[in-house]
Amino acid sequence: MFAFITRRIIQAVVVMLIISFIGFTIKHHVGDPVRELVGVSVKASEREALREKLGLNDPFFVQYKNFLKNAVRGDFGISYFFKKPAAQVILEKAPATLELVFASSILIIILSIPLGTYCAIKPKSILSRLIMGMSIVGVSIPVFLTAIMLIFLFSVNLHILPSYGRGETVAVFGGLWDTGFLTIDGLKHLILPVIALSSIMLPLFIRLIRAEMMEVMQTEYIKFAFAKGLSKKRIWFVHAFKNTLLPVITVGGVQLGIMIAYTILTETVFQWQGMGFMFLEAVERSDTSLLVAYLMFVGVLFVGVNTVVDIIYGLINPKVRISGTK
Amino acid sequence: MMEHLLEVNNLEVKFKLRTGELTAIDNVGFTLDKGERLGIVGESGAGKSVTGFSIINLISKPGYISGGEIMFEGKDLTRVSEDVLRHIRGNRISMIFQDPMMTLNPVFTIGEQMAETILAHKNISRKDALEISVEKLRQVHIPSPETRLNQYPHEFSGGMRQRIVIAISLLLDPAIIIADEPTTALDVTIQAEIMELLLELCEKNDTGMILITHDLGVVSQVTEKIAVMYAGRIVEIGSTENIVANPLHPYTKGLIKALPGSRGTGEKLYQIPGSMPNLTEMPKGCAFHPRCELAEGECFSKVPELIQRGNFRRLAACHKF
Repeated sequence: MFAFITRRIIQAVVVMLIISFIGFTIKHHVGDPVRELVGVSVKASEREALREKLGLNDPFFVQYKNFLKNAVRGDFGISYFFKKPAAQVILEKAPATLELVFASSILIIILSIPLGTYCAIKPKSILSRLIMGMSIVGVSIPVFLTAIMLIFLFSVNLHILPSYGRGETVAVFGGLWDTGFLTIDGLKHLILPVIALSSIMLPLFIRLIRAEMMEVMQTEYIKFAFAKGLSKKRIWFVHAFKNTLLPVITVGGVQLGIMIAYTILTETVFQWQGMGFMFLEAVERSDTSLLVAYLMFVGVLFVGVNTVVDIIYGLINPKVRISGTK
Repeated sequence: MMEHLLEVNNLEVKFKLRTGELTAIDNVGFTLDKGERLGIVGESGAGKSVTGFSIINLISKPGYISGGEIMFEGKDLTRVSEDVLRHIRGNRISMIFQDPMMTLNPVFTIGEQMAETILAHKNISRKDALEISVEKLRQVHIPSPETRLNQYPHEFSGGMRQRIVIAISLLLDPAIIIADEPTTALDVTIQAEIMELLLELCEKNDTGMILITHDLGVVSQVTEKIAVMYAGRIVEIGSTENIVANPLHPYTKGLIKALPGSRGTGEKLYQIPGSMPNLTEMPKGCAFHPRCELAEGECFSKVPELIQRGNFRRLAACHKF
């Protein structure tokens, strides 16, 4: 286990270095901090002096090294629009996005497992065909269109759900985290964005679980389990299911990361004050410090999620556990 | 007259395909007494495995039993409910599969896979179930079974895994073990060892065995009765001794002639000319006639019946006797 985790951490560091390099290159080429800092009236010689002072005339890699040094301490520079450290802005916006992604993941897990399993066990039933048909529709419609249709139906026509914002939030963890989970209003505001965000991943997971499970059901060890006289329930939900989970978990980790990217669309349509919404605004304002901070934060999140997924995978698959201890 | 332990009569298995129905097993019948060993031999596709699996009604879809009866302990297994059948599988009639590398579930320990089998049929504690498992592992000569119980299939070699599968098949002291090519996937050196172990355990427990194999050599050493199958039908059935010493059906003759050792050193091995017909293109009359030297007259038009021919104490399906 120790060797396994060490290897994962080294991999994570390499990935983060690559992301930081890309982030820094963007920052280096897109923005001019001096122009952002000073007014039009400042003379060229003064600008040059400022450049020298800020180290902007140093070679590229020296600047990159300084950037890394600051980044390790969580310093990504000042967001010029918010007039606050970029890292702080990100941390303020993160709870909204993470809650959205978390709620969607939960919805996907509790729906895709029973539905996917059912479709695998009874592939010819009418309900299975219906689920498979619906899932095609779900995958095919883009997230922003789903979101707009949801707003049109439930907010504009039926007036039962709010169309934008997070609603009433409560500060928890000493004011570090604003949560929408604790109020009725906050939960109501979550419903439509969560459905919109899940609309692509849920069908994907149902189809994935169904395909994997059908493949597992064809194997010799499942046939042998029947020959041993085990009950159907045990064969489906214990023998077949555990084998189905392995590939699903691997894909699931990656998909969870991709879902963070989809939040950009969902948050924009629902005016959801999270990182995705902020990111789009930062792009429009070429707020480079904020963009780089976002990139790094999502990178850390992605690497973190995948590491956790790999550890879970190792817990389920005995072969991985063995190779990890040796 | 004594009742047989297992009696299969006129068994017919069909496969539902888009283009229509195919008959995979036609009019197959045999009996097995307590502690008796029957070998079913034939080429790939002759219907040996399908026959074996149909006894506990485990034919893969789209196959299904379309006719006949399988009498076991007073019940017709083609007509009983799924629940009754489940309690016979693994309990009264167990199976050993061909490839031990594929038979065990990779994500569960050996102990788990053994204990669950017992618990599916007996109302005892998990601890007792594990104890029985240890005992059975010892019987199949697995060293230090207590620690081996907590290991996963990938930590065992092929031969070891087949021993474990044999142990699982013996867990509930079944009346019959159906062994579908139990040594085919193993190294030649281990094949004899596993076969011997299986024979020894069946003799000790007075367990009946149906050995499905294409290896007539193995069958002649292990079984008391042989059924030779060709294209979904039994073409000859009788005592092992009689059939090996004096085969009647030209196909059986060919099989015995093709055994290594039936010819001198350096000589080319005998081969039956041609290959078995596809189920979709069955020849008219006797299915073997295109490969038979003796074929003439009604061989081309009439399917021969499996009846006693002449004074020989066995049944054969051939017009030429």
